[in-house]
Amino acid sequence: MLRINCPWCGVRDEAEFRYRGDASLARPEQSAPAAAFAAYVYERDNELGWHREWWLHVGGCRKLLKVTRHTLTHEIREVSG
Amino acid sequence: MIPGPGRVAVGMMTDPKRPIRFRFDGRTFRGLAGDTLASALLANGQQIAGRSLKYHRPRGILTCGPEEPCALVELAGKQGREPNRPATMVELYEGLEADSQNRWPTLHFDLLRTSELFARFLPAGFYYKTFMSPGRAWEYLYEPVLRRAAGLGRLRSSGKAPHLPAEILHDHLDVLIVGSGTAGLAAAQRLARRGLRIMVAEEDSVLGGGSLLDERWTLWRQAALRNLEALPTVRCLTRTAVIGAYGHGVFAALETLTGAESTRLAGLRERLRVIRSRSVIFATGAIERLVAFPGNDVPGVMLAGAALKYLRRYGVAAGRQPAFFLNSDEAYECVFAFAAAGIKHGTIIDVRAGSPAADRARALGYEVIHRGRVQAVLGRAYLRGLRVSAGENQPLRKLKADCLLISGGYTPAIALATQLGAEPRWRDDIAAFTAELSPALGQLAGAARGITGLAAGATDGESAARLVASQLGQEFGADPPATTLPADPETAALSPLWEVPGEGKSFVDLQNDVTCEDVRLAAREGYEHVEHMKRYTTHGMATDQGRIGGLLGSAVLAQARGLAVSEVGQPKARPFAQSVPFAALAGAEAGEHFKPKRRLPLHDWHESAGATFVNIGLWLRPLVYSQHPGWEPVLNEARAVRSSVGITDLSTLGKIDVQGPDAARFLDFVYANAFSNLRVGGARYGLMLREDGMLFDDGTTSRLANEHFLITTTTANSAAVLEHLEFQLQANWPQLDVQLTDVGDHWAQFAVAGPRSREVVSSVVTGLELSNAAFPFMSAAAARIADVAGRVFRISFSGELAYELSVPALHARTVWTALLAAGTPYSIVPYGLDALNTLRIEKGHVTGAELNGNTSADDLGMQRMLKKQGDYIGRSLAQRPGFYAPDRLQLVGVRPLDAQRRLRNGAQLLRPGARTGSLGYLTSVTAAAAFDGWVGLALLSAGRSRLGQRLVAASPTHAENVDVEVVSPHMYDPENLRVRA
Amino acid sequence: MSSLPDNPPPSAPDARRGGGHYSGWRLLVEGLRSQRGWSRAWSKSTPRPHYRVVIVGGGGHGLATAYYLATEFGISDVAVLEKGPIGLGNVGRNTTLIRSNYFQPDNIRFYDYSLRLWEGLERRLNFNTMVSQRGTLNLFHTEAQRDLFTRRANVMRVQGVDAEALNRAAVKRLVPLIDLDNGRYPVLGGFLQRRGGTVRHDAVAWGYARAACRAGVDIIEQCEVTAIRRANDRVIGVDTTRGPIGADIVCLAVAGHSSRLAAMVDLRLPIETHVLQAFVTESVKPLLHCVVTYGAGHFYVSQSDKGGLVFGGGIDGYNSYGQRGSLSVAEEVTAAGVTLMPELARLRVLRQWGGVMDMSMDGSPIISKTPIDNLILNGGWCYGGFKAIPAGGMTTAHLIAHGIPHPLAAHLDLRRFAAGRMVDERGIGPFPYAH
Repeated sequence: MLRINCPWCGVRDEAEFRYRGDASLARPEQSAPAAAFAAYVYERDNELGWHREWWLHVGGCRKLLKVTRHTLTHEIREVSG
Repeated sequence: MIPGPGRVAVGMMTDPKRPIRFRFDGRTFRGLAGDTLASALLANGQQIAGRSLKYHRPRGILTCGPEEPCALVELAGKQGREPNRPATMVELYEGLEADSQNRWPTLHFDLLRTSELFARFLPAGFYYKTFMSPGRAWEYLYEPVLRRAAGLGRLRSSGKAPHLPAEILHDHLDVLIVGSGTAGLAAAQRLARRGLRIMVAEEDSVLGGGSLLDERWTLWRQAALRNLEALPTVRCLTRTAVIGAYGHGVFAALETLTGAESTRLAGLRERLRVIRSRSVIFATGAIERLVAFPGNDVPGVMLAGAALKYLRRYGVAAGRQPAFFLNSDEAYECVFAFAAAGIKHGTIIDVRAGSPAADRARALGYEVIHRGRVQAVLGRAYLRGLRVSAGENQPLRKLKADCLLISGGYTPAIALATQLGAEPRWRDDIAAFTAELSPALGQLAGAARGITGLAAGATDGESAARLVASQLGQEFGADPPATTLPADPETAALSPLWEVPGEGKSFVDLQNDVTCEDVRLAAREGYEHVEHMKRYTTHGMATDQGRIGGLLGSAVLAQARGLAVSEVGQPKARPFAQSVPFAALAGAEAGEHFKPKRRLPLHDWHESAGATFVNIGLWLRPLVYSQHPGWEPVLNEARAVRSSVGITDLSTLGKIDVQGPDAARFLDFVYANAFSNLRVGGARYGLMLREDGMLFDDGTTSRLANEHFLITTTTANSAAVLEHLEFQLQANWPQLDVQLTDVGDHWAQFAVAGPRSREVVSSVVTGLELSNAAFPFMSAAAARIADVAGRVFRISFSGELAYELSVPALHARTVWTALLAAGTPYSIVPYGLDALNTLRIEKGHVTGAELNGNTSADDLGMQRMLKKQGDYIGRSLAQRPGFYAPDRLQLVGVRPLDAQRRLRNGAQLLRPGARTGSLGYLTSVTAAAAFDGWVGLALLSAGRSRLGQRLVAASPTHAENVDVEVVSPHMYDPENLRVRA
Repeated sequence: MSSLPDNPPPSAPDARRGGGHYSGWRLLVEGLRSQRGWSRAWSKSTPRPHYRVVIVGGGGHGLATAYYLATEFGISDVAVLEKGPIGLGNVGRNTTLIRSNYFQPDNIRFYDYSLRLWEGLERRLNFNTMVSQRGTLNLFHTEAQRDLFTRRANVMRVQGVDAEALNRAAVKRLVPLIDLDNGRYPVLGGFLQRRGGTVRHDAVAWGYARAACRAGVDIIEQCEVTAIRRANDRVIGVDTTRGPIGADIVCLAVAGHSSRLAAMVDLRLPIETHVLQAFVTESVKPLLHCVVTYGAGHFYVSQSDKGGLVFGGGIDGYNSYGQRGSLSVAEEVTAAGVTLMPELARLRVLRQWGGVMDMSMDGSPIISKTPIDNLILNGGWCYGGFKAIPAGGMTTAHLIAHGIPHPLAAHLDLRRFAAGRMVDERGIGPFPYAH
């Protein structure tokens, strides 16, 4: 059960946040080929280890936070936003 | 002296001046206030308490705590009968009624005992090797029989479920201390003096743990409890078992209320506590374990530590002619307690060669057989005696005894720690696993860490406290203990004792009737990994989760495989450390309160107008203003709109206010069609795609000022769209200067629709000219409505001339009432969701039924809306070849050839005469107001090329086939003359 | 924490007998012989230097694929490599449900093929997998849901698959435990697939392993793949904790960990790994005779033959390999359960565990070649992998043996994402955490 240290609101339960997936991806420019968009939307590293991911604080400040969390131990190393 | 168990002294917990009457298996007994059901049964000489699952062997009371595997009873209560309650945990009250389980007809005469005759043909896993023929015989013949035989107790409710109270409490702590033995209380005192917020959670009904059983510790314990009580930041909870450790400092604990507390709280039985703590100390102690020998399940066999507890706490002796089978000095405390209670004759069978405790026992008058082993138990329904071997090459001796108190050692309770990732570590000196927790998370202390002795435990608790405090940034030195600790007696080492082989069944799991032979069979058949052995034999899978027999099973397996126990290991421990009722986990947000109810600002008005409400997500929305079923009332509402005017409450729509210099640019990005070129005062239908090119949501967005837009979304997607926009803005466009505000609940919104709507709206709106020239179709403006500042939008979902009026929710009633009054000359009617649906289907507008997440803009005929220049979400992937496959489902309209036939949502469209090969399905259907008969919308393979074709709408679930014609989805006023009037 | 010795002794000559034929008669005989005649259900082989087919993953799909390769396609030069003991991954952690009530016609055909393979599997494997088709009941609570389920039932019926609508009274007769009107969302009715039900999950792994072994497949446990070796755009073998093993074809059947294996060949998959939790109660006498899914919250339940109610809900919702879940899911699932069946209030939940799912980007599985021609992927099962084991095994074996997809699994190709041909049952989109 995660508790995330929101920089604006403090440590809050995971129930207050909405997960939005891998935050290491940048949306391609308009001119990029279709394959780049397909990779952005579909392909994931999905690694076992440190994961940079988005969490939207819907039950609080509604800021989008970038969280670095280990996908096996769930330890959270960094929260920014 | 009558053999068997009975009350021989005054116990710590029981009050001889307060007798209590209770019933067990229909017989009335007497116990004392403070007894458990188990201690009271033993006090009454009742040794047998149940029958085992598979073999229906008589079983007694083995333990004195939650780890009880045998004495499981069915408890009668106000809420019905509860199965599988350990008699050791049931606190006695006047009028308690309990029954033994798993026997027929009675406990003493169980016909199902005959199953043991077939035991040889029913080894572990036998059901995997048979029951395969004939065909469906498994579920019709074999399985029902097995299912009836399996299962322990019966869950029976008392009929209509009463409203049961439930409660979840939340605690925020610096340190959670699990267990109140010497280690736990010592740690608590040490930490509490630093002002840290501490909770001591003790699963027992009294604080003190092992110190309760040694009189020398009474003063220390009382002082500790006094100290803790005096501190405001400390709470000590009893009957509170920590049942799960979830990481990030989150723990779940189950607090069981006493009878009195329960009565005071309207029948609340337990409550869940969700604890959030910065650190934890697991002072959870160690659990005494079983020994395997033939007949180790006969009533009268009990764990030595349990017998000690029964004597000290309840004054009950497990028997008057005790025998003991031990391997450690710690277990001798039981012997000394018997002696102190006046039972000074008995035999101790100690597997070791000698020890200080053995010497002391002998001095008290007990016989000690060194290097001894119990080879067999005499007696079936109750223990009558033993056969023991007195060392190597010694003849067997027969002993008379009425109880056998056994101890195989003490297994540290590390389940919670392992849930936090602590790795189990084998310790030869205690012949068990303990664990080491990452210091960042907390500490183990005392017997849980394999420390023996109460004083050693207290010292260990103090050092754990120091380590935890240091982790929390509070260093302190080693203070001397406040009170002198009684010295731990000198003890000799434990000698591992697992199994004494011999003729007859010896059990490793007393609930599921798993024997040593079963474990060996599993190894022989290749189920030799401990997890396979567990699943194959079901060892450790019952309600006691292998607490007393788990390690024993691993040891028997290790021996069969020629490995050390440490190499074999144990199956993984998981929540819950004690089983927890559904009601406690569920809390109060169940039943009527499972999900919130969202009510419209005008809910009361709709209700008094006779509306039938429907659940749309969390909302309650008026479906139709009538309590009569059927289409008539709906069609009346719809026809009123088409012929004159109607009003409907659309307040549930999502509304998002978008402001800022970059607002237009942002909308161009999130919408597939353009918004930057929308005039101020204009409204435009917007299509939002997902990044994978599929339609996500639609709605009308208005431009109220150059840098001010208002987005509307469908009701169902209002939260999702807002999250989507916030995500896109912050993740992909952080440089844009845009503010998003959710104003969904701020505004109440009504549609006034129909040919007379202009007259009605004009008479309540001021500050805005509403002629067709001044306020054309798709316009938006601020205005005063019934003298309330609001907004007027000229948009239409119904296909008629229509306006949507938006006012702050507080003024909803004023404005609604004014509109009704203004509409009276035109016979205005309120219309609900059903009528709204009828109107929009006739017009061909799509909703979530068509925007179902698998449709593209092109599928719904909206390809032309996609802008040609500029990037937007979904642009690239909407061009994938799959989006233009010729067989894609496209939006069409459908009309039955026979106006009398009805259509069904979900009916499949087939070629005439075909029974298979679905071409698509009906998405939205309605009895029509503007046409004869029914109309519908459908998604049909290559639909646009099939206009005019005749197909069959088949609904096998209704046994209906209807001939239909494929038509354009825009059936009503396709030229849009009425909306533009 | 527990382990087999590094080098188990070579298999005894009769190790492939799989303990001999299983039958009631055999139980009788062995009962009289004190169980002396039982032997290993499957042998734990030592790896050979090369196999025609190496299957990575000794779970349900890996073992089934090996079995069908050997018995249907004549290829027994096969090794199944499992990093631990077989069958302790998702095949040993699921809630044991089987059904074929899907929306997409392609999926209906695939899952119903699986259902038909379940029927009669015991006799084929000579192992009682306890296939119990006592029915799957899906409840609905709104008209919109009724329409959705009507559509699904109609699609199924048009395909020749069983589905029927039940009114409230019929629901109550089938499952007296349900309180139709208790709660926030009263039950309006249900849809029943009578051929749905449960299977004993451990027996599936053990049964397929034993039968595959008898057919000549090598089952190699405690053998973790650490690298996949390539040469000239082809896979030539794997490196493992028990040494290198060469292969003509490598098949990945490691759902939950597909991305990690794929990363060994620099392949990124449309998959996120998520935790799905499951729970079991204390054992009680028979109370519930079919599988029930709640329509107003995440909750589904059945009663195992051992008497415990096995139930679960939705995924926890963020990337995790943790095989354990959060407390809030336990609270939500039990709240839903006690809302639907108030009589469960006093029933005690015993244990909570989790498995890790390959959550795919459209919620449907992947049985496909990869950009590397002789590397086959069986994964992306989301939470529907168990029921698909027979069909997954058969169609993967077909793909391996023939080099072209089985017609019933052709829609599960990996290239469907780039092509825009997603198979999205509920239209959720490329958000694995929402499927």
